Parts: sequence; C-alpha cells; structure tokens
Amino acid sequence: MSTVTSTTARELGTSRASRSWSDGVILVLALLALWQLCSWLAGPEILPTPWRTAVKALKIVRDEDFPQSLEATGIAFIAALVISAVGGVSLGLVLGARRLAGDVMEPLLMAFYALPKITLYPVVLLMFGLGLSAKVTFGVIHGIIPITVFTMGAVRNMPIVYARTALAYRLTPLDFARYVMLPAAVPEVVAGLRIGFSLTLLGTLIGEMFASQSGIGHMLMIAMARNDTETIMALALMLFLFATGVNLLLLRWHHRLAKTG
Amino acid sequence: MGPLRKPGTPLSVVSANPTSPAGPQIHATLTDVTRIYPGSKGRPSFHALGPVSLNLRAGEFFSVVGPSGCGKSTLLDVMAGLNPASSGSVIFEGVPVHAKVPDGVAVVFQEDATFPWLTVYDNAAFGARRAGLPEPEIRERVEHALAFMGLKAFTQSYPAQLSGGMRQRVCIARAMVVRPRLMLLDEPFGALDQQTRLLMGDEMLKLWRDTGATVMLITHSIDEAVLLSDRIGVMSACPGRFIETIETNWPRERDSNTALDARFGELTARVWGLLRGEAMKALGSQT
Amino acid sequence: MNLATRWRLALMVAFVLTLELASRLAWIDPVSFIPPSRMVVGAWQLLRSGDYTDDILLTLSSAALAVVMAVVAGFAFGVALYKLPRVRRVLDPLLMSYYAVPIFVIYPILIVLMGLNRWPLISLGVLFAIVAMAVNTLNGLERVPRVMLRTARALRMSPLAEIRLITLPASLPFVFTGIKLSVVYAFIAIVAGEFVLSGSGFGYRIAFAYNNFDNPSMYGLMLLLLLFVGTLNMLLHMAEARLYRRMSRAAT
Repeated sequence: MSTVTSTTARELGTSRASRSWSDGVILVLALLALWQLCSWLAGPEILPTPWRTAVKALKIVRDEDFPQSLEATGIAFIAALVISAVGGVSLGLVLGARRLAGDVMEPLLMAFYALPKITLYPVVLLMFGLGLSAKVTFGVIHGIIPITVFTMGAVRNMPIVYARTALAYRLTPLDFARYVMLPAAVPEVVAGLRIGFSLTLLGTLIGEMFASQSGIGHMLMIAMARNDTETIMALALMLFLFATGVNLLLLRWHHRLAKTG
Repeated sequence: MGPLRKPGTPLSVVSANPTSPAGPQIHATLTDVTRIYPGSKGRPSFHALGPVSLNLRAGEFFSVVGPSGCGKSTLLDVMAGLNPASSGSVIFEGVPVHAKVPDGVAVVFQEDATFPWLTVYDNAAFGARRAGLPEPEIRERVEHALAFMGLKAFTQSYPAQLSGGMRQRVCIARAMVVRPRLMLLDEPFGALDQQTRLLMGDEMLKLWRDTGATVMLITHSIDEAVLLSDRIGVMSACPGRFIETIETNWPRERDSNTALDARFGELTARVWGLLRGEAMKALGSQT
Repeated sequence: MNLATRWRLALMVAFVLTLELASRLAWIDPVSFIPPSRMVVGAWQLLRSGDYTDDILLTLSSAALAVVMAVVAGFAFGVALYKLPRVRRVLDPLLMSYYAVPIFVIYPILIVLMGLNRWPLISLGVLFAIVAMAVNTLNGLERVPRVMLRTARALRMSPLAEIRLITLPASLPFVFTGIKLSVVYAFIAIVAGEFVLSGSGFGYRIAFAYNNFDNPSMYGLMLLLLLFVGTLNMLLHMAEARLYRRMSRAAT
C-alpha cells in the first residue's frame, strides 16, 4: 500500500507536508489500535480503553477543581522552565566560550544528569519545605542540564571562521557574543530546549507528587495510591498531548532555523 | 577611510617597476617575522613561519604561492593581526601590528564565513554596521558592492540558498563595504571549481582596479598567482620562507585572457621550477 | 593529570569543604542537612553492617537486566526506524515528549499485570532506557558516511559483510553512547521506582530512612549512590572517549 501511496503522491505532486499529515494520522490510529488491544488483553479495569480514558479526561477537565490544579502546576512549571532556559543558556554560553571552564564542568554536569534525582527529593524538601519553591527547584534540576549541555555544544561547534570573521571586523567581545555566537548557537539551543522542556515538566510533576497538596502531580499521586487507573491514564494522556504539541511547535521552529542555517 | 589612491590614477604614480626614480610607496612591511608555536607536554614546538621579510607596495596585487602547510595562511594571519608574530615586526601604514586587526584591513577566508541567519544584504552590511556607520551610508555601499559582485538579484536571499561561489562573493562584498586599503585573501577560491575560480579571479581584478586597494592573495594555485598578480612571492615548505619574488609586469587592465600571453607559460614554468622540490618535501613530511 | 582535571578536583573539594563548614556552623538547618564528614561515616557504617548488601545487589541486578533488555530491544528498534524513514519522521516529536510524562505513573498498572515482584521495576527501567538506545542507534546508522556505503557497493560486498565490516564499526561510537545512556536511564528509573513504591531495593531504603527521620543512613545511602553513579559515569565516559578518539584518528 505504501508503494501505491508514494507513486500516487508523486504523480499528483502531493507536497511533503500533506503526506506527513496523513502519516501522522495513520500513526495515531495505529497507536490507538495498539492501546485498545492491550486493554482487551489486560482487562479494562487494569488498562482503560482509549475511549474511557478520553471520557475520563473530559470529566477531569470539566471538574471545578481542575483549573486550580492546572494553575498550580502551570505556575511552577513556567517558573522552572524560565529559570532552566535562561540559566541553562547563559551557563552554556559561558562554558562553551571558555574552553577550560567547559572541560572542567562537563563531566560534573553529566554525572549530575545521570543521578536519579528523585533521591535528592528528601534534601530538596528538607531545605525548601513543601510548596512552590520545592516544585520549581525540582523542575529546574531536571531541565537545566540538557539545556546547558546543548548550548555548550552549540558554542563549541560554532565554525571557527565565525570567530575569525569577528576578529577581522574588529568586533568587541560583547558584540561577538551578541551578534555572532548567540545567533549561531540558536538552532542547537532550540534542540536543547525541546529536551529541557520535557524534562522540566517531568521534574515539576515529580516535585508536585511529593511536595505539594495541589497541582496535577498531586492528582497523579492520589490516583496512584487509590489505584484509580482511569485517572492515571487520563492525566498521562493529557500531559503527553500537551508535551507533543509543544514539541511539534519547537520542531517547526528548529526546522525553520535549520533552513536558513 | 577611502581608498589610498583614486581609481583611475595612472600606474606610474605607484610604480611596480623597482627601477623607477619615484620608487614604489610601501604600504606594509614585514621584517624578519617568525611564528613559532610553543610546545606543550608531549608536543614539541612547531616552527610554522619565517623568518620572512616583505615590502608590500601600495596598490599592488601580490600573491603568495607555496606548497600545502608551509605557513602561507600563518603569514596572512600575522599580517592581519589575527596571530601575533613570535619575533620580527609587522608595520601597516606606519603603525605596528601585533594582536589586533588594524583599521583599513579586510580579510576574506577560505571557509564559508557567511552567517546563515542573515540575508545576503545583512551579511554584506555586517562589518559596516558593527563599525557604527550610519544606515544610509551603509545602504549605498552595500547596494554598490552587491551589484558589483553580481548579487543584486539575491539581496534578500539566505546563504543556504546560494552556491559556494556566490557565498564567497557575499564575503568579498562584505569586505568591500568597509572600504579597506589592504585586502587579505586566504585561498578564497579554494573550495570552488576551476571554472568558477577563473571567473572569480576576473572579478577580483575588477575590484582591485575599482577600489585601488593593495591586495595580498594566498593561493596554492600557480596559475592563479601568475594570472592575477603584479608580484609573486614563492614560499618554501615548512617553515615557510620566501625563496624568490617574481615580477610579472602585466598591465593593470588584465583578465583571465592573460593565460594566452606567451610569457604566461614561461612564468608558470619558472614558479613551478622553484616550487617542485618544496612541494615534494611537503608531501613527504605529511604524517 | 591535566589542567581541567586538577581544576575539577579543586572545585569538588572546595564544594565539599563549603558544605562541611556550612552545616557545622549551622548556616544550613542542621535538622535537614548533615555535614559531609558524617555522611561518609554513615556510608561506611552502612557498608560494614552488611544490612544493605541485599538491597544493593537487588537494585544492581535489576538494573543490569533492564540494561541488557533495553539495549537489545532498543538497538532493534533503532535499526527498524532506520529502515523505515517515514515511520521515523512521524515518530520524532513523540519520541521527545516520551520523557515528559513520569513513566512510573504506569507502575501500579504494571504491578497488577506482573505481580508484586521486581518485574514491574525492571519493565520501568527498560521503558525508560529503550528510547534513548533506539534514538542513538538511529543516529549512528545515519551518520555512516555515504561514501563508505558506496565503497561497499563498489567492492561488491554482501549485505552481511557490509553490516559487519562497515556499518557497525562506523556507528559504534553512537551505539556506545546509546548503551551509556541506557545504563544511566535504567538505573534512574529503577531507583526512582523503588523510591516511590516498593518493598525492597536501594531506592526503597532511602525512602525508608527518610520516613524514619534517620538522616545519617539516608545521607549515607545518597552518598553511596552519588559515588557509584559518578564512578560508573566516569568509566563509561572514558570508554566512550576512547572510541570516539579512535574513530577520529582513523578518519585523518
């Protein structure tokens, strides 16, 4: 069937964009079918069907307490994301530009990245107490590392001829950073932001699961304790859709940058 | 910050003929310049260049030709102030050059130095903008430079949409815009195919005549050096030193048809005669 | 020992000393944070007592099993994606959002499916690691320079020979990065899972110590974890660097 599709597409001169749309639809349908199958195999009590999950999701969204949860998570997440992004990019620029600093810090960053950060939760909690700052801290420690590492890579991989050109036109170091280094690094920084986005969300949710009386993470925790699989799946689905949506946007931005790059 | 001499001034005023009583005006001088990269743990020091001495005459087109890895690019870097000399002195317009690029010098590199996030127009305007020139002045210069380099139709395009040769033209246009008095070209056509190279050579000569700047071209192509230059500095294998300087005595109004001149073959043979042994040395010493 | 290493050691020593000073001088609340020296003592006592050996071994064995499964399955997945570019293109955004959802929320579901044993945890480890392995395998396969593949065809190599002699060696550094990440992620997922909901294992022990306000044990365990992860990471990194170095030296 795929050969027919591609031949027809070529004959009709269908654009790649519309083909990737149809591919996406096919994939979604395939995943839904797989999900339904697993649900039948495991039993709907253990793994709710897609339909029941969707219904539950709608119910949750319409619930009057939901906006509050959403706001709580939203504030913490956005705060964590801003700190991770700004902090990560700045740190990455500095570590990328100063070779020694980068060489010194890189293994330390990677070791921290490899740590099961959930085991730091007691420390974070003990130091920040329950509440917003703990959640935000958790989100930041998850997301800031990949953003830093990617930015560092972007600066280090910048073609040397850019630096020589900046010298040739007598740019000040600040002008160099602003007009050459930063724009050159943007595509890879965006790639880092994609990963940082997902991980910051993860960190914030985990933080909420343990450090909060409100928010979506908290809802997840309660559902896990009650073994309320419908709610678990509904929330997981909503989070997944949200993350995918943002990822698609960031991907599109990345592609646009890459086209001019 | 205009050109050193007005375009159209007869050649005899700035004479390439060393026996003329007026004598050539010297634009830049290298005196016993060496570049030795100091060693570190596990790596011996590396003597890349010199000692080299050179008097660059104002308004001349000077080529440096030599085998790969002989220090030609190092020579250009030292002259431009991109790389400090280990010993000896570099003087440009009477002022010593050390670790900073002086005003009035422009460099075109071998690699593609166009910024992919800027349009062709913004790329060409880059140097002038960072130097703080007013926008109307910049617009005039950029439009002239881009038209001169045949890029008028591509002002709003991005480098990714252009071929390698066109991107190099953008880099040359960018250099034109700042009206340099000395243009340093580090194998600018190295990544291009032969036919494009010949055409770019013609454009370089036009630019040289139009601006009246002094041009120093680094190349490994003997043909290119002989075709384009007033004088050729033949460089030895590493550490690079000048073996000989050859005068071509071509007329100022020249283009790639110079290849048809009887003396072209003579000069090329002469350069190759000097270089052959050095090239073999360079080939053998490459690890 | 080069300059960067020296600076790094100095940095870490300074950091530990600052923590030590800060906690002894009660700049940091002594209830929540104990001095690093006492952490070391706690860790040493843990190891000597032998009480935790079972849990440590349990976690390590679960992680090892998860790594093996994730590497094999992830590699196969990566190869499949390489052969099916359309699937790959569509899956790309999904693969990134994969890590946005705390995967261990399906832990209860897994427990019901597999029972109250180590398998739900191992599954979590596999699920967490498999995507990283697949993506890196894919990357490695794509980065085989086309000229090498054309050389293989020019030499009329069989598909098997081409895979064995060209594709695998050329993609090895990236595949190794995938293995490295799989180890890291599997370990993270399993310890996290143990922490959240389990009756055994290293992560469980940390949670237990926390819930019982047993700071010395808790911090001792965390220190051991930190040292283990740091050492493991360093070894993997060294091996990876050597692989990449051989590749780039061979390329010149």
